Amino acid sequence: MIGGLLAQATTLPSVAPGGRSFWLPPRAEGAAAQADAVFYFIYWVSLFFFILIVALMVYFVIRYRRRVEGERPVGGAAHNTRLEITWSIIPLILVVIMFYLGFRGYMDLVNPPAGAMDIHVLAQKWSWNFTYPNGHDDPELHLPAGRDVRLVLTSNDVVHSFYVPAFRKKCDAVPGRYTYLWFREPQPGEYLALCAEYCGTGHSDMLTRVVVHDPADFEKWLAQASDPFRTRSYAEVGRLLVARKCASCHSVDGRAGVGPTFKRLYGHPVRLQDGTTVTADENYIRDSILYPARQVVAGYSPVMPTFRGQLKDREITALIEYLKELAGHPDQQEP
Amino acid sequence: MTTINPALPADQPPAASVPLNYLTERRGWLSWLVTIDHKRIGVMYLVSILTAFLLGGIFAILVRTELLGPSKTIVTADTYNQFFTLHGAIMIFLVIIPSIPAALGNFVLPIMLGAKDLAFPRLNLLSYYLYVLGAVLAVVSIVMGSVDTGWTFYPPYAIDPTHARFGGVIPVLLGVFVLGFSSIFTGLNFIVTIHKLRPPGMGWFRLPLFLWSLYATSIIQVLATPVLGVTVLLLILERALRFGIFHPGLGGDPLLYQHFFWFYSHPAVYIMILPAMGVISELISVFSRKHIFGYHFIAFSSIAIAVFGFFVWGHHMFVSGQSPLVTVLFSLLTYSVSIPSAVKVFNWLATLRGGSISLKTPMLYALGFIFMFGIGGLTGLFLGALATDVHLHDTYFVVAHFHYVMMGGALIALLGGLHYWWPKITGRMYSETWGRLAFVLIFVGFNVTFFPQFIMGSHGMPRRYFNYPPEFASLHQLSTLGSYVMGIGFVLVAGYLLHALFRGRIAPANPWGGATLEWQCASPPPTENFATPPVAGDPYDFSDLEYDPAVGGYVVRTSGAAGANT
Repeated sequence: MIGGLLAQATTLPSVAPGGRSFWLPPRAEGAAAQADAVFYFIYWVSLFFFILIVALMVYFVIRYRRRVEGERPVGGAAHNTRLEITWSIIPLILVVIMFYLGFRGYMDLVNPPAGAMDIHVLAQKWSWNFTYPNGHDDPELHLPAGRDVRLVLTSNDVVHSFYVPAFRKKCDAVPGRYTYLWFREPQPGEYLALCAEYCGTGHSDMLTRVVVHDPADFEKWLAQASDPFRTRSYAEVGRLLVARKCASCHSVDGRAGVGPTFKRLYGHPVRLQDGTTVTADENYIRDSILYPARQVVAGYSPVMPTFRGQLKDREITALIEYLKELAGHPDQQEP
Repeated sequence: MTTINPALPADQPPAASVPLNYLTERRGWLSWLVTIDHKRIGVMYLVSILTAFLLGGIFAILVRTELLGPSKTIVTADTYNQFFTLHGAIMIFLVIIPSIPAALGNFVLPIMLGAKDLAFPRLNLLSYYLYVLGAVLAVVSIVMGSVDTGWTFYPPYAIDPTHARFGGVIPVLLGVFVLGFSSIFTGLNFIVTIHKLRPPGMGWFRLPLFLWSLYATSIIQVLATPVLGVTVLLLILERALRFGIFHPGLGGDPLLYQHFFWFYSHPAVYIMILPAMGVISELISVFSRKHIFGYHFIAFSSIAIAVFGFFVWGHHMFVSGQSPLVTVLFSLLTYSVSIPSAVKVFNWLATLRGGSISLKTPMLYALGFIFMFGIGGLTGLFLGALATDVHLHDTYFVVAHFHYVMMGGALIALLGGLHYWWPKITGRMYSETWGRLAFVLIFVGFNVTFFPQFIMGSHGMPRRYFNYPPEFASLHQLSTLGSYVMGIGFVLVAGYLLHALFRGRIAPANPWGGATLEWQCASPPPTENFATPPVAGDPYDFSDLEYDPAVGGYVVRTSGAAGANT
């Protein structure tokens, strides 16, 4: 279920690499150009009216400034129906055009073409899980370039929102229902995906990578990602798992996070909220992953969601092996 | 002819003993706490709202300071989340919604009508105490219960039972419920007063435009606020008894909450901006010394905004998963609100043309309003268009947009109105020099704070982020710098206004040359406002007012010489 087997698993790409423009980052999706065209149409119309308004205002203020207190104004008409109708109708026409352009782009957005590849997205505090057509679960979104992809989103807990700025698209992930988002022929590269709906402590760390591969590379990636154990030791797989699943709350270098650090955890005593102390052995770690509310570490809130059904037994074993490595435990061995 | 009022205080020679006014007639704490004088209640509202503004402002500065760097700068993520929740809830519910209507409106509305008080003075006092009760409930419970939901209280997040201290969101929701009644009672009071207490000669189309805007606002307050009350009650039941209305785990629907919430909270945007537009209409006309242009269009545009404002709430939910058909309809309806707003701006510009424009402090705020509301309104066009909103929704572009409207618009108009009516309320003049300097600091600081946020948002910076990608760091730092400049500006305003209260020059009855009725009674007004009910004329006919350097203000021309000018 883990994947995205890239060496630097913890560094995320920038929102969209290579951007220097004042407005909007570089785009990397087929329909994004249309959205940007609407943006710039509204931008130039707005800029024109803003400059017009401010220029007239400044001109009138200078031209008709009061030189002596009590001075009488030059004066002028107090109403002009023709003028009122003109400056109501012109903006009306312009906003109807804006509506229409936005509407056309949106219709495209809600109607994915037949034959798009479905990827299921499950959001939960504070990570993403993507399920590929072959059943592989991955915390990163990998896409084949040039193909249409539809995301089917839902959430395990609160409302989240999946947002890829380089694709100009976002969609809320709502618990208890499915929502849809689709990408037209994404371009190869690495982009940042963010959570855009406020979801608590780790909201701003609920980021992931969107990797768009050449179609052949995508198949290769999927095959490899689907079986990480083929080429890796348990501890290595565990390291990847921690980076993808746990690192937003648990550090591996001793820093305190939302949850306790994994450094020097395995084999060491842990003080629990109820005052008792236990030793962090295999069963303690397994229990903490599957039933996180049972043994809460003193000083931390019981906010960890369960990973029951999301991690296979073999993956839990791999995770434990990695924690042993972090503990510097003498018993640690490759199985 | 503006007025016929034989008992015009400004015309009288200075009396040997200073006549009593609403501030001096009764003394002692109790005389304030049980007062039913609309002016005193207005002043109490003003003091309370400015106190809440100070509190909300401190949290704004804390939020901006935390964002000086990615990840932790001064506080943890949880504390940061409480900071922006406090900032938002205080500024929306305790400052901007009540600001202009309850503080300035309370003071000015009856006097503009030549009336002695509002239609229901005791209900007015009850409104004030409900405001205080709601404010205390909300602030104490957010701080003690460490509420971190944002001011929108979206379920299921907001009703998570692990947020258990002090019942989680329950007390703050009760506070919002109580504040809602305060708002409804004020709206009811204003509607009845405007209908029943207009003086002889004041038909609907001689109503000052500020009162048209307060009337439109009151309609929204009375019709929309009950929905907020019901919504927060349902949310309380959901949290306490697991009702199953909003929580999907119990069979509820989180989108239902969003619909209910925005059904109030979008019209609430117009509760905030309409009175501001009313203030600007008064300021532009008075400080141009010229009849307002397009009176009927400005008046009806207020009503149009109030009515259209009820049908656009779904534009807060374009990416929420609501039905695409509904989304398209809401986009179309959203654009309908832009027309009456544009009409107002064009009419204000036409009023300036051919005027005698005085750049006194209140007018600087009015011109600043046109600039910033212009940006705030035009950037709304990007968010109303579906194709662009899907990208910009929930980013800093939205944060910048609503700050340009709410702060650059509503709050700047509050400051403009406060400076305009300050001599009337306190009987003292403030220093023009300091006033102008503070305006410049606030104007520059505001734009430095919020303009970079448009750029960040267009590049994908989501809102309510404690941590952020490093490429946004420099724009965040610029934004924070701007907020400090703005903060200094506000401290300056507080300083010279307090100084004016004790040391300021005694204000004349009509320092700016306003033609609405409040400028006919003394500064500050006597408790009963007018000895005899005045007869109202055209509120924007300035031809009978003349500057008198001896008084330092405007007086009604006494000689028979006519000379209509406008």
